[in-house]
Amino acid sequence: MKKKLKTIVLLSVATIVAVVPFTVSKAQEMEQFIPMLVYRTGPYAAGGSGFFGGFEDYLAYLNLTDGGVGGVKMVWEECETAYNSDRGVECYERLKNQGEHGATVVHPLSTGITYRLIERATADKIPVISMGYGRTDATNGKVFPWVFPLITNYWSQNTAKIKFIGAQEGGMDALKGKKIANLHHESSYGKETIPILGVQAEKYGFEIKHYPVAHPGLDQKAAWLDIARRYKPDWVILRGWGVMNPTALKEAARVGFPADRIVGVWWSGAEEDVIPAGKAAVGYVSAGFHPSGSDFPLIENILDVVHGAGQGNISPQRVGTIYYNRGIVAGIVTVEAIRAAQAKFGAKVLSGEEMRWGLENLSISAERIKELGVDGLMAPLTITCADHEGGGPVKFSRWDGSKWVEITDWIETDKSLVDPMIMDSSMAYASEKGITPRSGMDMGSDCG
Amino acid sequence: MFYREVGQYKSSYPADQAIFPLTNDRIGVIIILLIAFIWPPLSGSQYLMGPILTQLLVFGLAALGLNLLTGYAGQVSLGTGGFMAVGAFGCYNLVLRLPEIPLVIDFILAGLMAAAVGVIFGIPSLRIKGFYLAVATLASQFFLLWIFDHVGWFTNYDPAGVASAPTQTLFGSLAHEGGPLDFLAPIDVIVSGPNATPEAKYILTLSVVVVLALLAKNLVRGMTGRAWMAIRDFDIAAEIIGIRPLKTKLLAFAISSFYCGVAGALYVFTYVGNADTEAFDLIRSFTILFMIIIGGLGSIMGSFLGAAFIVLLPPFLNIVASNLGEGTLSGAALANLELIVYGGTIVFFLAVEPLGFARMWQIIKEKLRQWPFPY
Repeated sequence: MKKKLKTIVLLSVATIVAVVPFTVSKAQEMEQFIPMLVYRTGPYAAGGSGFFGGFEDYLAYLNLTDGGVGGVKMVWEECETAYNSDRGVECYERLKNQGEHGATVVHPLSTGITYRLIERATADKIPVISMGYGRTDATNGKVFPWVFPLITNYWSQNTAKIKFIGAQEGGMDALKGKKIANLHHESSYGKETIPILGVQAEKYGFEIKHYPVAHPGLDQKAAWLDIARRYKPDWVILRGWGVMNPTALKEAARVGFPADRIVGVWWSGAEEDVIPAGKAAVGYVSAGFHPSGSDFPLIENILDVVHGAGQGNISPQRVGTIYYNRGIVAGIVTVEAIRAAQAKFGAKVLSGEEMRWGLENLSISAERIKELGVDGLMAPLTITCADHEGGGPVKFSRWDGSKWVEITDWIETDKSLVDPMIMDSSMAYASEKGITPRSGMDMGSDCG
Repeated sequence: MFYREVGQYKSSYPADQAIFPLTNDRIGVIIILLIAFIWPPLSGSQYLMGPILTQLLVFGLAALGLNLLTGYAGQVSLGTGGFMAVGAFGCYNLVLRLPEIPLVIDFILAGLMAAAVGVIFGIPSLRIKGFYLAVATLASQFFLLWIFDHVGWFTNYDPAGVASAPTQTLFGSLAHEGGPLDFLAPIDVIVSGPNATPEAKYILTLSVVVVLALLAKNLVRGMTGRAWMAIRDFDIAAEIIGIRPLKTKLLAFAISSFYCGVAGALYVFTYVGNADTEAFDLIRSFTILFMIIIGGLGSIMGSFLGAAFIVLLPPFLNIVASNLGEGTLSGAALANLELIVYGGTIVFFLAVEPLGFARMWQIIKEKLRQWPFPY
């Protein structure tokens, strides 16, 4: 009897294994498919669930109020990556052929997965939007036609950060002889700013020391001991992600390093990063390309319409947090690019190539931002064929123990420093890969 | 009925010592290989060939490498990720700097580099064993990854430390049009880089893995494998009957690392297309150790079964969850449910058969022998 039961269990498991994967079918007419490489588990779940919650809420809002974009319904499917690059590749391959023209655009929300996808997506002709993360030199659209590090890339953000530190010290000249520690996540994401920091250290005469922290970032005792007792820097740049951030703030407090001398990258500046650190986080400053808060007309409408209808993709308490708002911004730039492409190619389901044209001709003006009901949530943005970033400015906020308080206006990035470096780096990539940079009206967009 | 050895008499030593002595096994293996070589390319599904089968083959090969060391020679190692990284970055630099070499030769050279490194980190095994050895091999993990992270040359000074596989053809640049070997040009397909077809990558991976797996199968049946098992089961007795621990253990480390190195190279060139040290971190080493524990220690087939379980179950559960669970549970609940089921399945299979899938397969074969009239 017992044996029979075991056989039945094993047989039924085998049947499910054999049958279920073949029941996948989603594609229908006039539906724009967007794959969601989400992560709701693992040490970075706060970022993944918040960002995609906001993104999906915005798409759901458009579906509910306007029937989508230009009559085309937005549809998406989630695939859990757990921030693991291998699973990111698996998810991308699984979802890329769904929908009428396959996946139109993909947000990897992971620098590691972005790196894995750059060549794949280029071969598949699917635009990759790595908004505020990913490979910095992909800003050069002549070499990376399919990759869009929109709004502000890591190097640009870093110039704004050093400007901010300079302003705090009383001018960029005051940076001479100062010491800055760069506490970074040991990953492609964390290492991305090491070259630009070196160049800036030389230009402004400050000293920089890099402290790598291994994934997931829970063990920082030695690094902070060295920072606080031996190196004694004037500022610490926190380039953390997920659980590394509250850990860093707690360790800093433990060794007595003041939180108001720590400046975080925007992946270290969400509510989820500071609340677990409690009092240790009070006074900590973080960069951002958008503020937090739910008092924007659009976000209030989303709460009403989407969450009111019980179709929210995140718990309503998290609406208006940093990660959620980042997802809203991601939704806005994606949808505005879809609108731009629809204006040229007609209101239909777009292909990856048409979407790329939309992205390269994307222009979001201050009036349009007001019209969308997100005045103050994002800065105006213009993308061209050659510039896939748009050079957006950066805002700094301080954590007062209960909310992020904006302490600066939009700070412009230093393009004069970043652009030549992007050119060098991307051209080195082009020559290693044998890519001829685009020129003229190549691929439909004017590349000068 | 179908699986019976009755009547298969061997009249010569070579027939008795064949790699698959039973005709049924031989036919089975040939059929499986034929299906593996023909069906996925015919299906044309990139998803099947790429993330499913190529990934399975790559990690199956790495698990096989570790199984030679841990399952057959009894030396526990947590350095698998490090050895894979040596193969991966070694192969990357070979292709980048010496494009004349055919890619398959690069794989072998990368494997040899990993083998050399493996021997160095295998030296502590002469004095310590068990958990202590596991800790000592951990050093390789940290040391090797640190080197690849901090010496820019290995990743061609990429700012993020990502080695991205260059486009390479099967026979290297010498076989290009106008080269000295250009008579090979018609069959000189692109096998790595973004322009390689998924079919080419898959077939290359499959060929490399099949050759290495058959080699391993022969290796463990022969002198070397027996010496390893003797050391594993009772090292002092093995030494007394004339097996030299130094040579045997270091050979195990070398061959195991060779397999892991080739797996690392395949990971970069035919599976993902690029890699940084994150891909070969400690979690990777643990995952591969879990593969051989679940698959079965001391079994070639077990390595692949274990890899299949670990590699394919999470995406499978994810597909099931997203199909069945749509509209019922929130995405977060589904994602966590997937982890619970994954963990539960591991516990279930280990409780049902602590010796792994390989032992289950053996039991099935014994039952098949008597089917349909068991006694």
